[in-house]
Amino acid sequence: MTYNSETYKYDLKREVEKDERLAGGHRLCAGCGAGIAVRGVLRALEPGDKAVITNATSCLEVSTFMYPYTAYEDSYIHSAFENAGAVTSGVETAYRVLKKKGKIKDNFKFIAFGGDGGTYDIGLQSLSGAMERGHDMVYVCYDNEAYMNTGIQRSSATPRFADATTTPVGSCSPGKIQNKKNLTEIIAAHNIPYLAQTTPFGNFRDLHEKARKALYTEGPAFLNILAPCPRGWRYEAEDFAEICRLAVDTCVWPLYEVDHGKWKLTYEPKKKLPVEDFLSRQGRFRHMFRKGNEWMIEETQQYIDAQWNRLLRAVNTGKDV
Amino acid sequence: MRKTAKEINERITWQDISIGAEIIEPATSKLVNTGDWRVNMPVFKEENCRQCMLCVPYCPDSSIPVKDGKRLDFDFMHCKGCGICARVCPFDAIEMVKEEKK
Amino acid sequence: MSIRDRMSGNEAVAYAMKQVIPDVMGAFPITPSTEIPQYFSDYIANGEVDTEFVAVESEHSAMSVCMGASAAGARAVTATSSAGLAYMWELLYVVSSARLPVTMAVVNRALTGPININNDHSDSMGARDSGWIQIYAETNQEVYDNFIQGIVIAEKCRLPVMICQDGFITSHGVSNIELVEDDKVSKFVGEYAPENYLLKHENPLAVGPYGVSPYYMEVKRQQAQAMKDSMPVIKQTAEKFCEMTDRDYGFFEEYMMDDADVALVVIGSSAGTAKEAVDRLRAENKKVGMIKLRVFRPFPRIPLSRAMCKVKAVAIMDKAESFSNSGGPLFNEARNSLYDLSGKPYAINYIYGLGGRDITVEDFYDIFQDLYVIYYTDDPGDVYRYVGVRDSRFPDAVDLGRENDNDI
Repeated sequence: MTYNSETYKYDLKREVEKDERLAGGHRLCAGCGAGIAVRGVLRALEPGDKAVITNATSCLEVSTFMYPYTAYEDSYIHSAFENAGAVTSGVETAYRVLKKKGKIKDNFKFIAFGGDGGTYDIGLQSLSGAMERGHDMVYVCYDNEAYMNTGIQRSSATPRFADATTTPVGSCSPGKIQNKKNLTEIIAAHNIPYLAQTTPFGNFRDLHEKARKALYTEGPAFLNILAPCPRGWRYEAEDFAEICRLAVDTCVWPLYEVDHGKWKLTYEPKKKLPVEDFLSRQGRFRHMFRKGNEWMIEETQQYIDAQWNRLLRAVNTGKDV
Repeated sequence: MRKTAKEINERITWQDISIGAEIIEPATSKLVNTGDWRVNMPVFKEENCRQCMLCVPYCPDSSIPVKDGKRLDFDFMHCKGCGICARVCPFDAIEMVKEEKK
Repeated sequence: MSIRDRMSGNEAVAYAMKQVIPDVMGAFPITPSTEIPQYFSDYIANGEVDTEFVAVESEHSAMSVCMGASAAGARAVTATSSAGLAYMWELLYVVSSARLPVTMAVVNRALTGPININNDHSDSMGARDSGWIQIYAETNQEVYDNFIQGIVIAEKCRLPVMICQDGFITSHGVSNIELVEDDKVSKFVGEYAPENYLLKHENPLAVGPYGVSPYYMEVKRQQAQAMKDSMPVIKQTAEKFCEMTDRDYGFFEEYMMDDADVALVVIGSSAGTAKEAVDRLRAENKKVGMIKLRVFRPFPRIPLSRAMCKVKAVAIMDKAESFSNSGGPLFNEARNSLYDLSGKPYAINYIYGLGGRDITVEDFYDIFQDLYVIYYTDDPGDVYRYVGVRDSRFPDAVDLGRENDNDI
């Protein structure tokens, strides 16, 4: 089955009727964004298709396959932290070979899940290799903006000024000093058929359609899903949907896709909110609201605006940034 | 002697543990009761529910089952009481209450 | 009717790989194993074998691809050396703990530093605790034969196998070889048919759990048993191989041991040089012998100890340092196997050949001299020794490096 945008129409009620592919009983924190993101991606699979899920060492991995309990209905493989891209390449290659030899009858999809740690940083090499070689797979990064599994250390995905355990706020430190690395653009430079940035939002249409496109476009695809973490970001778990919405409406996390080289915004906020609305809800940014730290919020706003304008230019001109 | 996940526990011997610690049954996590993590629990006020299904995808623990176009009551063996569904519901059909532990 | 040919060790391994028809090869080049994926790519490009070659971006990814492919149900192979093996080190443990039969050709090269491309055994010796079966070869014939047997051993034991040969010396030296016909090899290795695999229709498979303390040790104990149980499998596979080719293999080869006074234990191509020294001394009526160890993992401690007990003094040769302050890896395990025996020989260690330092027939002559000194004086002296390194305490032996050696 290949993706056909002409005939597909999103219907939440139809999608939730599908059999669950991520079962309960896993050990993710209550309210974990990763669980929500993963369920969302798996829901985009056609019921008749099987999947092999590759998972980098991460919160997701230790929680969803703690011996002898796997939370997946499908086959699953974990080996190490930095190689989800490469392991998936091996599984996908085996599938092609064995299918050609007539040994496999089912249709399989290959999905790699990695956190921002295992994707932006230690896993970047193997992700890049997998994308470059053109394997028919989807790499899904669930981005919770720090190495959460080992205790909230900064990653290159951590936003500037965030308080993390290796960039703690102190009398001599404003938190993380570098800006968030733009991995989605790095992957776009690999010229793969489909990639997108998304998050659980509204009725999940954005995430679902992008996951579906990623799964059913032939060749390598990449999804970068913002997956808020109540523990690391320090907000009340029940506020999850609101945090995602604020990330999108402040343009901190734009929702866009690059489909066969064409850049497209999939959501533009009717009213672009000030970045403070997003920052003020999270403990990791609380220090930015202290007297004397206004410059931190100002610089963040400038940065977010500059990035947003770059993206708008790419979308409007249809050219690469 | 290959044991099922139901039979595997912390008293299993090396002879009986699965080869390479692999698991050949799907979704064995269903056997685990994560419901006892809860402090608060969701109450389904079915009379208010318009079956919009918005709560279903927001649950990290797949604890809002759906059957024949309707959402059923919560899977309390797995619901961790995070409260996201209650905040997402537009129709006040879910209320978080402090759980009475038996 | 075997096929006579002439090829290097690398070509021989690539040829064996072609004949076992792997499904997937994930490999990254490193001297001196680079030719193996190159030869293999030629075979694929000319339609001689139906394998998918994944040109990965690092050795760590090479082993990752092999692990993914093997778990998925495919026969997976790769090749590497030195720093490449070191880069995969983390995954060697993962593959063996998941009990996946990946078969890898290791072309032994010194570990960096200093960076050096020549042969020694520090790379595969550094991986001796990873749970892989390790089989060494003296010649191109042996590495070819070992690789074919390695596939069968790996898939029967559900353990990954490392087939080793000396870099440049064996890998690049062209010698005569007897090849087995394609159909005989495919019949010998059969098809990879795992009971469970990721792509299986009837049930899914989950590989690589988070194993907390109540479970981890049982998994390891089971793995240790698998390594132990591989001993008879290695033996039976060699017997079947002998039926097919008339070439006999065991855990080690004994040369002139039955009436020997003193002996060497050596791994790899240096055994050829040692045999020459044995022959010359035998011509002088000196009763010397040699044991060439083929299988290092599992360590054949009982049969090896019995063989060593035939002599009064044995020199155990290590082409790797483990900086243990108590000798090299082979020495430590071989000597350990003698500990409980009464009537055990004196056992001394020579570290040699590091970074491709040559060892000559003369060197082995000197070593046998040393062994005879021990034989007659009953004094093993310094147990942990070096040969072939320039040492300012022995200025007369300045050519111990054998740079001016005229012996071939």
